Amino acid sequence: MANTEMLVKELADKYGRNRESLLPILQELIDERRYVNDETMINVARELDLSAAEVYGTASFYSFIETEEVGKYVIRLCKTIVCDMKGKENVLQAIENTLKIKVGQTTADKKFTLKTTNCLGWCHKGPAMLINDEVYTELTPGKAIDIIESYINK
Amino acid sequence: MINMINLTINNIPVSVEEGTTIIEAARRLSIRIPSLCNHDDLCVSGNCRVCVVEQVGNPTLQAACATPVRENMQILTNSMMVMQARKTIIELLLSEHNADCTKCYKNGNCELQDLSNEYRIGNQVYIDLIPLKHYTIDQSSPSLIKDDSKCIRCQRCVRTCSDLQAVSALSAAYKGSEMKISSFYDRPMHEVICTNCGQCINRCPTGALTERNYIDEVWDAIYDPGKHVVVQTAPAVRVALGEELGYDPGARVTGKLVTALRRLGFDSVLDTDFTADLTIMEEGTELLTRLKKVLVDKDTSMALPMFTSCSPGWIKFIEHTFPDLLPHLSTCKSPQQMFGALAKTYYAQKKGINPKDIVSVSIMPCTAKKFEATRPEMRDSGYQDVDYVLTTRELAIMIKQAGIEFMKLDDEDYDRFMGESSGAGVIFGATGGVMEAALRTAYEIVTGREVPFQNLNITPVRGMEGIKEAEVKIENVKPDWSFLEGVTLRVAIAHGLANAKRLMTAIRDGKVVYHFIEIMACPGGCLGGGGQPIPTNLEIRKKRAEAIYAEDENLPIRKSHENPEIIQIYQEFLGEPLSHTSHELLHTHYVPRKRY
Amino acid sequence: MTGKKQNDMETKKLTRVDYIFRPDNTCLDTLKKSLRRDRDEIILELIDSGLKGRGGAGFLTGLKWKLAKEAAGDVKYVICNADEGEPGTFKDREILDRVPRRVFTGMALCGYVIGSKEGFLYLRAEYKFLAPKLMSIMAEMNQEFKKLGLDFTLNIRYGSGAYVCGEETALIDSMEGRRGEPRNKPPFPVTEGYLNKPTVVNNVETFVNCTIIMGIGAEEYKRFGTDSSRGFKLFSVSGDCSKEGIYELELGMLLSDFVEEFGDGDTKAVQVGGASGFCVPRKKFNQTIIGFEGIPTGGSMKIFNSSRSMYHVLHNYLEFFEEESCGQCTPCRVGCQQLLKGIEAVKSKQRSSSYLDELVKLAKVMKVASKCGLGQSVGNAFVSIVDNFREEIIY
Repeated sequence: MANTEMLVKELADKYGRNRESLLPILQELIDERRYVNDETMINVARELDLSAAEVYGTASFYSFIETEEVGKYVIRLCKTIVCDMKGKENVLQAIENTLKIKVGQTTADKKFTLKTTNCLGWCHKGPAMLINDEVYTELTPGKAIDIIESYINK
Repeated sequence: MINMINLTINNIPVSVEEGTTIIEAARRLSIRIPSLCNHDDLCVSGNCRVCVVEQVGNPTLQAACATPVRENMQILTNSMMVMQARKTIIELLLSEHNADCTKCYKNGNCELQDLSNEYRIGNQVYIDLIPLKHYTIDQSSPSLIKDDSKCIRCQRCVRTCSDLQAVSALSAAYKGSEMKISSFYDRPMHEVICTNCGQCINRCPTGALTERNYIDEVWDAIYDPGKHVVVQTAPAVRVALGEELGYDPGARVTGKLVTALRRLGFDSVLDTDFTADLTIMEEGTELLTRLKKVLVDKDTSMALPMFTSCSPGWIKFIEHTFPDLLPHLSTCKSPQQMFGALAKTYYAQKKGINPKDIVSVSIMPCTAKKFEATRPEMRDSGYQDVDYVLTTRELAIMIKQAGIEFMKLDDEDYDRFMGESSGAGVIFGATGGVMEAALRTAYEIVTGREVPFQNLNITPVRGMEGIKEAEVKIENVKPDWSFLEGVTLRVAIAHGLANAKRLMTAIRDGKVVYHFIEIMACPGGCLGGGGQPIPTNLEIRKKRAEAIYAEDENLPIRKSHENPEIIQIYQEFLGEPLSHTSHELLHTHYVPRKRY
Repeated sequence: MTGKKQNDMETKKLTRVDYIFRPDNTCLDTLKKSLRRDRDEIILELIDSGLKGRGGAGFLTGLKWKLAKEAAGDVKYVICNADEGEPGTFKDREILDRVPRRVFTGMALCGYVIGSKEGFLYLRAEYKFLAPKLMSIMAEMNQEFKKLGLDFTLNIRYGSGAYVCGEETALIDSMEGRRGEPRNKPPFPVTEGYLNKPTVVNNVETFVNCTIIMGIGAEEYKRFGTDSSRGFKLFSVSGDCSKEGIYELELGMLLSDFVEEFGDGDTKAVQVGGASGFCVPRKKFNQTIIGFEGIPTGGSMKIFNSSRSMYHVLHNYLEFFEEESCGQCTPCRVGCQQLLKGIEAVKSKQRSSSYLDELVKLAKVMKVASKCGLGQSVGNAFVSIVDNFREEIIY
């Protein structure tokens, strides 16, 4: 990631170098790269004149700012009560079996990371999941597998 | 006009200024409300919730540390609701805390332990969460130990590191049950921008942040008949050690300190103040040399202002944060390290002891000195110049271990040589002290007269203001120094690294112009050092400062260049300030480090 | 538990209303009309309407605006809280999807009234898919404001997956680029909010209601609801339910009427107000009013039938809170862990059933001693579920 420095500079130019620019910058880095690593955070800290620990402390607070490597597609399956009641567990198993990973893991080809997440705001159409920013609702194990497969082929 | 607010606390009326918090208002009525996250030196946090109080009519409790008083408020600090909540909160903290108190280094000096004692917390009500967590102990640093299993997440350390020190080596990380105090990616403290200043240790209410102690190593050296153990004591230790041993803040215990060290079995009890005086000779001369090079020789490679280099926390800070300004640093080692280099050379020769048999111990108000002693640059004697650095707190522990009834000791005097000091050496322990000592000597060298301040007390450089400035006009100089005729010497002093950062930024931006700057990493200077007795606050630091200046006034010699042992060491060993030997033993260089 | 109906309390029949989702193309007319009015007059009308914040806390909206208007300072901010994270709530997403102009009009109104030139929509990361559309409507609205001579610009900011950022001061921290750790109050955001400037933070639906009130007038608005709970509100209905979805209903109905309408005929309990709300068992349905005099709700109504284990429900909530607590204050950070581990220990017989009483005491301490609304409301679900379904927790 030799161009990390450039990218962070560009983002700092775009959003500014005040503390309140920190989240917008981290968020766009997530959009670009799916996660932020130590090198990226150090660049952000330098641009914003913050300590690296402050950037790390802030980033790690937010569930959607991944601070460890994740795959190209981050699947976030809702685990909160209504999705749970509507069969989230079966959907989860179907995804796990399809991708041959457990929750929290990333596929060997770095294509998928599987996570569970808290309420996505689709309780009336549960179970629901996000793949990156895309929403999928009213999942069944079969439907979930179809969706995952469409990404495998992407 | 100040608006007064009337309220009652436990039905007792009180009238306080607007903006006062409930906890402060209660203090006026001699009501102590306990708190673990609140600290006089830090901004309000309101997160431990131990200080919650009842406000009549309000269904929820209020954090007394964070809630300003309002007119007609009725506060209850001990109601049933309060007591139940407070006890529950303490129990919760204990359930997440490695409460193995008898084996804890902070046993007996822990605010959480005190509280659970006050509330007579008995059998653990709640589930012990410790086995469910993956706590780590970070012992990577030569200065401090971070033990997350003792941490109660009050964030005093985080606020200390950011607000007082502008370092932010620590931050709160993650959230919920995973929330913890972390360095960048939880890297070892030795590998991050920590300056080892130890201010976090001074404020940690538990044993989560402690100094790395070398008590056993020092005992071993003392017990070893083949070793000659010398000890040096920093100026600020003598005005603070008493707090650990029964005295009120501000007690001067120099004589008892010396006696106690002898009783502990040190072979020679010497004084860092001696090398503080030596620092003045070297650093003062360095300053005058730099001034000459800039003003007369127009040497643009010489950096002015010159910065003092006594404070190892400050050194590591500038190495990380302002590496471009390193040429401004005086090349003088700190007094501790000058002492260390001389102990295994000059002292060894005079005593006829093989330096390999000398164990050099220093008693310091400082945790950064532990790191400083391990720096590879600090081996100019051919050995590690200072072997072990103990904080004031560790020395107190040794004194207690040895069964010494400190308050009953007679006063004794330091051994000779390297035990004599001037008042100028003593005031190194207070912010502004190095500056004052340097001015007393430099002014006299240049003009042949004493500094034009009553009784040698250069009051403009004293006090607890974060950044201080002073000017001294130099007139009627001796012929050698004619280039300084009419020059107004502009100096500045900062203590606490946040103030240092402000000053450095202003200098880098060219907003201020000075000739000489003193920086101490810790608030108040060394007397507020990270190795000093706990607790600390402004009032305590002021008391210690008063004691330092009283010590100075009571010494027969007040100027470094008049210290007879200083005169002697130049005659016998060093030659003159900035001589070849001086350069070899007493000066050093610095390493640019990464801020990230 | 609060919310038990007294005999003389006013109730309303379950009545569907249709204001919020009406086409939003007339909103600009409402704004135009309002900009000709005196700012204090608008505040008075809002106060008169009785509108309380729709996020759940229920502060009088007109009063909030009044305080922000009166707060000293040239720079002020309007923030729309679209960090809808309460389990079981999904109405704000629907509003933003279908009638965003009604939201933005409310924000502009607020800007006009309090003297703010900048408004932010704080959108939760989970709803980021809405952003392209919202941004284009924002741009269009910003142009319209200019044409109307209103110096007010809308901007968007995003959350990044933190429930606690729905708490207004945590939200402000987050916007300032910090960890979303709720602040001490006072000072309240109306005097020291975003960047320490006076700030109004209102929920999406609240701004919508402001626009509606400006359109139909407080008199008309007041016809809806009860004395304590004026107007109508969106309910997010989910769970064991014949027709899950979003419904606009008049405030002040009895829960029994609600269950009759939406339940599957076998309703055992309703969780009113999400994970931070209260669980009402069947026997209390006809004594429970949905509104500020009874159980207030941000709109989350989750229905459980007799096939559901209330232990499982509670466990799910506690896992949620244990993760989503910001972690700074002791009662919430450690309390959530203890409640969760505690019910597990009771269930697995490692602790006796009487330990539940200790946990109830703990939950009550969390309610009074936590720093913010999150920690203070964990006890709601805990106590109401344990009180009403104790056997299910133990066995």
